[in-house]
Amino acid sequence: MNIPQDLKYTKEHEWVLLDDGVAVVGITDFAQSELGDIVFVELPSIGLNLKVMEPFGSVESVKSVSDLYSPVSGVVADVNTRLTANPDLVNSDPFGEGWMVRIEPSEMSDLDQLLTAEEYAEYIGAEQA
Amino acid sequence: MSAFVQHTDADRRAMLRTIGVSALEELFADIPESIRAKGGLPIEQGVTEPETLGKLAKLAAKNVSAASHVCFAGGGMYDVAVPAATGAIASRPEFSTSYTPYQAEVSQGTLQAIYEFQTIVARLTALDLSNASMYDGGTALAEAVILASGAREGNRVLVTPHLNPHHREILNTMLEPTGLEIVELPRSGLRTDVAAITADAQKGAVAVVLQQPNFYGALEDMKAAGQALQGATKPLFIASVDMSSLAMLEPPGAYGADIAVGEAQPLGFPMSFGGPAAGVFAAKAEYLRRMPGRIAGMGKDVHGNRAFTLTFQTREQHIRRSKATSNICTNQSLLALMATVTTALLGETGRRLAAKVSAEKAWSLSRRLTQIPGVELADPDAAFFREFAIRLPREVSPRAILRKMRERGFLAGIPLDPLPGGGRGLLIAVTEKRLWSEIEAYVTAFRAAVEAERGGARSPETVSQAAR
Repeated sequence: MNIPQDLKYTKEHEWVLLDDGVAVVGITDFAQSELGDIVFVELPSIGLNLKVMEPFGSVESVKSVSDLYSPVSGVVADVNTRLTANPDLVNSDPFGEGWMVRIEPSEMSDLDQLLTAEEYAEYIGAEQA
Repeated sequence: MSAFVQHTDADRRAMLRTIGVSALEELFADIPESIRAKGGLPIEQGVTEPETLGKLAKLAAKNVSAASHVCFAGGGMYDVAVPAATGAIASRPEFSTSYTPYQAEVSQGTLQAIYEFQTIVARLTALDLSNASMYDGGTALAEAVILASGAREGNRVLVTPHLNPHHREILNTMLEPTGLEIVELPRSGLRTDVAAITADAQKGAVAVVLQQPNFYGALEDMKAAGQALQGATKPLFIASVDMSSLAMLEPPGAYGADIAVGEAQPLGFPMSFGGPAAGVFAAKAEYLRRMPGRIAGMGKDVHGNRAFTLTFQTREQHIRRSKATSNICTNQSLLALMATVTTALLGETGRRLAAKVSAEKAWSLSRRLTQIPGVELADPDAAFFREFAIRLPREVSPRAILRKMRERGFLAGIPLDPLPGGGRGLLIAVTEKRLWSEIEAYVTAFRAAVEAERGGARSPETVSQAAR
């Protein structure tokens, strides 16, 4: 299971990369493998105001639909429009081309609440057991 | 195994005890006391079966229906011609006893029938997709507004004042938990004032609901409404349509509707005393994942053969639980099948002919009735398809006319008391099934009923007519 060291994580299986003050968000390798083949990603409109851990969209696989939760409060700055035609990017490259939204955080302290790679590894280890 | 295993009194007591209820009646607590049948059926003990059946048949014969009377009543359901073959095909046990088609490997016939129904609905409405059907037109309409409330930001829905009143009640009930405010558009006679759908009015609205033809039979300017609703964040345009009118009128897809809903009944199955019905739900492709209800899809099996299956089930309750697009987890397969069979049997030529004949007969009846002194079209400026509203002389009660007409063998229409804007009238529908001789007899009976209601007094009009 791939869990990059430089990212932060939520218990809802989103990852966050802080890129020049902007939070890039996607779902983890663990999440995509649990969901199976992803067929649709519903993303928010740019400019939407989000509160921390509020749903901002959903990801649909052949067997289920799961909400996506915002790891930080802030404004949606960009969405990955490539996922509309190629939702499978979430399966093939969850931490790269499968990114979902870029959020300009309004509360940088939200980031402190997130899990580190070690904590997330332990969390999904516990969940798998 | 026996097909029917009866409960004994001991079984019933055990079941009630298990769920902690002391009497069967307690289970009906949600049904208002005033409309509950009390004390079981009024049949004496010790009566033979033939005698009982005879009594029940006599009781049933008191019902007035489209089978016992010549029906000119509409208001959403219509006494359309249903070919005998439709009933024969729908009665086949493969269809009439089939269970919910989750297992595609044993349900190809049912699934194909649903797929064909969807194809017919999508073609008639000129929209991209259709679901497998809803409970009825009213719940389909409410589900359409609920879809819109998820697709658009806002807290209001703009609704025609001339919506079918039953559908309006269903909207009130089903939208109550959503907090959406229902705002009525202004009326212009018996039509909706679509000029009121301004950019300002659209602010904060998730949808605009119009009905075509509207409850009073009048044709709305759907094109103007579609033109008023432009832009990426505009309210969704929901058209509630008479499905059989689409043989003659423009389809919702052509005037920019995002969603079309309606009753499937006018496509070709009996009214059955007002139900069961089947609802139609069609939408543009972009709303696929927000659609309520089942959708049958066409694919290939492991051998590469064409195969049908339920699809996009991730929207549905059995998978998405509380976040499902809707609580409906069924459809009205058998009725949708009947609509499909009738539509296929008639073909495009047959449907157009039926629509044309209905419209001609309705127009002719309206002309004949308005020659009766004091009777006029409730809105002479409004065009209509096969149903129209008339205004009666002030002193004439619509219900009294209906009673007199019933005695003469007619279900004469629906009372409009009051008409929008005042006065009293009737809503009259004419289907392709009505014979010219029935229309002739209707006019004669109607004239007599109106004259009798006016107390036989020779009004100024009748005097001047007599003088001519």
